[in-house]
Amino acid sequence: MTPTMNRTQRNLIALGTLARKETQRFLRIWQQTLLPPVITMTLYLIIFGSLIGSRIGPMEGYPYIQFIVPGIIMMAVITNSYSNVVSSFFGAKFGRYVEEMLVSSMPNYVLLLGYVIGGVGRGLLVGLLVIGVSLFFTDLHLHSFWITCSTILLTSVLFSLGGFINAIFARKFDDISIIPTFVLTPLTYLGGVFYSIDLLPSFWRQVSLTNPVLYMVNAFRYGILGHSDIDIATAYGIILSVIAVLTAIALVLLHKGVGLRS
Amino acid sequence: MHALSLRQLRKRYRGGVEALKGIDLTVEQGDFFGLLGPNGAGKSTAIGIISSLVRKTAGEVNVFGYDLDRQPWEVKSRIGLVPQEFNFNGFETVEQIVVNQAGFYGIPRRVALERTERYLRELGLWDKRHAPSRTLSGGMKRRLMIARALVHEPPLLILDEPTAGVDIELRRSMWDFLREINRQGTTIILTTHYLEEAETLCRNLAIIDGGTIVENTTVKGLLRKLSTHAFVLDLAGPVEQLPALPAMRVERLDDTTLEVEISAEQNLTEVFVALAQAGIRVASMKNKANRLEEMFVRMLEKKSSSEAPAR
Repeated sequence: MTPTMNRTQRNLIALGTLARKETQRFLRIWQQTLLPPVITMTLYLIIFGSLIGSRIGPMEGYPYIQFIVPGIIMMAVITNSYSNVVSSFFGAKFGRYVEEMLVSSMPNYVLLLGYVIGGVGRGLLVGLLVIGVSLFFTDLHLHSFWITCSTILLTSVLFSLGGFINAIFARKFDDISIIPTFVLTPLTYLGGVFYSIDLLPSFWRQVSLTNPVLYMVNAFRYGILGHSDIDIATAYGIILSVIAVLTAIALVLLHKGVGLRS
Repeated sequence: MHALSLRQLRKRYRGGVEALKGIDLTVEQGDFFGLLGPNGAGKSTAIGIISSLVRKTAGEVNVFGYDLDRQPWEVKSRIGLVPQEFNFNGFETVEQIVVNQAGFYGIPRRVALERTERYLRELGLWDKRHAPSRTLSGGMKRRLMIARALVHEPPLLILDEPTAGVDIELRRSMWDFLREINRQGTTIILTTHYLEEAETLCRNLAIIDGGTIVENTTVKGLLRKLSTHAFVLDLAGPVEQLPALPAMRVERLDDTTLEVEISAEQNLTEVFVALAQAGIRVASMKNKANRLEEMFVRMLEKKSSSEAPAR
């Protein structure tokens, strides 16, 4: 026992420990966590940006490759934030070393925040690497630094929370790939990464507006290009609301011990 | 103050299995307490509830006066757990595992590193500090879990079968280590299948069976209940005929081995005198079984026969 420290100080140390551990985890296995998404996104830029994009022509007044770069960056951030948390937390459950945290005095919100920091760390690092690669293909000028940074950060937080909840419910390794394959990928591809929803017929445009990824991609695109298919304030409202709901769900699940305590 | 107090602790798992049927138990501060019972008796469930890994159905858990439901932070920071099964990340090094565990309890990194070195040295793991934990032997993994449980210096250490699968030499060195920790003031609760271990280490114990506590007493008090003691005698030469020993049960196991059972009031001198008079020389002698083990088996047999349906 170390009685000279108060509870807040101890919780901060616990948070720092978990965040460091999670960051070290994805850096240690960078061949599995950082390299593949960079290669995948580079292929997107080559195929859709350079080869096909040159035949498509401008989109909403921007060269096609410049239009899709924000979406491709966001796609990398979304998938990596999600998969980092879902695989790490499920791995801890599967290997039972989650018990190290469950028996400790670390509160549930610290545990959640620690994993989210890990997910955000990997998401943003992959995002930065993809930005670096995309500079080989096109010029990027930030329309709004703060909107760019805040939307990418909030989106990363949101999908890290989603990955955490997925991991809580997962009982086997198959369960951690179902949501990314059947939910996340379709939502991302249909979220306006490669096209403007103004190109869609009215019905499908309305359907697209129910896809939360659309708001994240467009808010981020607005931060870089200054163009968006949707209202930015609405995008922030939706992102923040979803974060609040997912946080509440994750904390309730942790409190009840769902998937963690028998 | 009680180090641990359980009141009417119940656990019913999904599917209806009632693992704990309302147990009451107190462990005094500074005690070395044994929690014994057959497989499936409810020991690990009780420990799981105390250490927050299992949700209780009903009842109260108090640790050093703090209530687990209302003051979980205070309770958890006072408990160190050595679980039955290995539960650490095999890809992390020995040092990382112990330092991180200290961090989870809010111990500053500098202090965590100092304590990690101290406990890893004491447990003979310092040379392995950079080794991935999956490369350790079974005994080393057990010691790693003890170091991890102690790094936040909890006043209550709970060990769930800590010496399972450990060779006798290592087991005895772990006993010495645990005795020293206990002597320094740490309350220890131990579950074990090795009753010799409980008899050697524990001052008090409880026997749990079928989700209820069937005995809660001192080790000495429990052993006093044994009415007879059985010994196996290795003889210096073969014996053809059984000697007549008054008020003792004697059985010839083979040419050079006898089993003698005496009552608690008798003493061994009478046995040796009678054997010497019969011209039999004893080369060596041992207890037929661990005394506590014998008591334990008898108690459980008694309980199961009293529960058997009348035909």
